[in-house]
Amino acid sequence: MNAVAEAPEVAQVPEVARVRVPDRSWRNEARAIKVVWHRELIRFSKDRMRVATTLLQPLLFLFVLGSGLQNLSGAATHGVDLKTFMFPGILSLAVMSTAMFSAGSIVWDREFGFLREMMVAPVRRSSIVIGKCIGGATVASFQAIAVLCLAWAVHIPYDPLLILGLLAMMLLLAFTITAFGVMVAARIKQMQSFFGVMQMIVMPMFFLSGALFPVSGLPGWLAVLNRIDPLTYAVDPTRRVVFSHLDVSEAARRTLDPGVTWWGWHLPVMFEVAVVFVLGIVMLGVAIWEFSAND
Amino acid sequence: MADATPVAIDVDELKKSFGDVDAVRGVSFDVPTGEVFGFLGPNGAGKSTTINMLCTLVTPTGGTARIAGHDVVLERDAVRRQIGLVFQDPTLDGYLTAAQNLRMHAELYGVERSVLAPRMRQMLEMVDLWDRRDAQVLTFSGGMRRRLEIARGLMHSPRVLFLDEPTIGLDPQTRNSIWTYIRALQETEQTTIFMTTHYMDEAEFCDRIAIMDRGEVVALDTPTALKASVGADRVMIRTGDDAAAIETLAERFGIEATMAEGAVTLFVPAGQEFVPRLFAELGVSITSVQVSRPTLDDVFMNYTGSTIHDAEADTSSDQGKIRARAMAGVRR
Repeated sequence: MNAVAEAPEVAQVPEVARVRVPDRSWRNEARAIKVVWHRELIRFSKDRMRVATTLLQPLLFLFVLGSGLQNLSGAATHGVDLKTFMFPGILSLAVMSTAMFSAGSIVWDREFGFLREMMVAPVRRSSIVIGKCIGGATVASFQAIAVLCLAWAVHIPYDPLLILGLLAMMLLLAFTITAFGVMVAARIKQMQSFFGVMQMIVMPMFFLSGALFPVSGLPGWLAVLNRIDPLTYAVDPTRRVVFSHLDVSEAARRTLDPGVTWWGWHLPVMFEVAVVFVLGIVMLGVAIWEFSAND
Repeated sequence: MADATPVAIDVDELKKSFGDVDAVRGVSFDVPTGEVFGFLGPNGAGKSTTINMLCTLVTPTGGTARIAGHDVVLERDAVRRQIGLVFQDPTLDGYLTAAQNLRMHAELYGVERSVLAPRMRQMLEMVDLWDRRDAQVLTFSGGMRRRLEIARGLMHSPRVLFLDEPTIGLDPQTRNSIWTYIRALQETEQTTIFMTTHYMDEAEFCDRIAIMDRGEVVALDTPTALKASVGADRVMIRTGDDAAAIETLAERFGIEATMAEGAVTLFVPAGQEFVPRLFAELGVSITSVQVSRPTLDDVFMNYTGSTIHDAEADTSSDQGKIRARAMAGVRR
């Protein structure tokens, strides 16, 4: 090359392991999904602070608010512990916060450049978004398990069917919320803004969902907001599963576990589950579209 | 098919405008396989936009570009499989270990599992990070991170490696070792390297250099040929009256001098012999003289009319002026 510049010595490179990048295939897309999912798990396992902080709020609600209000509402709950009643809602809140946090890491990745590394890879954007959503769902389910460990403290029996039912429901909720979070995160450039938006969305959703009160006999405006809130359709089946394993009076069941109605029609559990699932798929679709479009 | 083509990068009349701003105004060049190609220019010259178009992150508004025979717009995925990228800003996941970052990359690029481990070891050894493979990247220094990024960009044996300011902000020792890897790679895998840099001394290591200014390629050749094309020594003088000195130079010597880095700067074929004449005939007091053989800095100056440092200072002071004007407008 040129004589003027002093060419650096050639380094000793060990025998070359030659690599060929294969053409696009479903197998590679699956690998991409898996590795994005795996990354979520690694990050979660390394971030113990996050595990602790996202658990704190639900526990405050459950044990502080639940125990405190029990004094006021003893008569109205027909002898059922208010904490038992609130447990499904609290479980959903824990899952929802964790799932939102996972989704928010997309904003973090954008701010710290890692998103770019994923965006230039020769895989579909959908694989990355799907991996992210499954990852968020998995991580949030771990959080659900942590909360479920406290079920004994609120008089909920450890029936295998009950636990499986709750976990399945929480996995589904976590997936839907992560998809929702990713959809929102696609438009947000800064972490602070994302936390702001998250607070603005999570708390109203939680309060309106009937996590803290029975959804029958509400004032008209509240009933409407409650039926619009997607979280309602996750909290209600969870509560029904819990109550079906409790030994409580018929009066208590009627008051505390009335089920969600649309114009007098009692929604079957599977219908509510389908609502959450369809919402999740739709939001996943929007999220994929957003990430594929913004080049 | 891709391997048969001797041209790694083929750019033809590539253009990009952002609204009214023409960031890249039709550049054309070829880079043969295995070449280390340097892309020089001040900030805002259009280097990053060009590199982003070549690696499919920005869609061109006109012209074509092909990487290893694949069109960057029509065959985006094929291009992505052929290239490795090291960005100016870090893109590692600090929570993961060095090895996890590389594995993640290999999985995204579909690198065969059987070669993953040896390849990873080879790359990490090359950049001297094998011992640190299980440490979280958060604990790494800036130089270590950059080395890891280079190792990652090479995990899938790209045909073309794009390096956007790979050595910016690094200490001389790290810069040196990064150059060692680049050369080693070129020898062993015939990887074509396309890099942008600010450092003129680094540009000397490139096989060929393109100088970009205001969205256009103004010069393209080997460093030696470019320096020869300047064909003159640079004389920089500090005087009591710069304006009078420039005028006298033009009238009496027929030399066009300019101000650069605070000194009157001119180019003459034989600097040493010219200086005594200058003292005798200039008629303006001279406080210091500096004569230098042509460097790439001079090449840059010759083609763009300013040194790379002045060019950057200009861009920022222009922005300052615009801001001042805007504020004045508000006051009125």
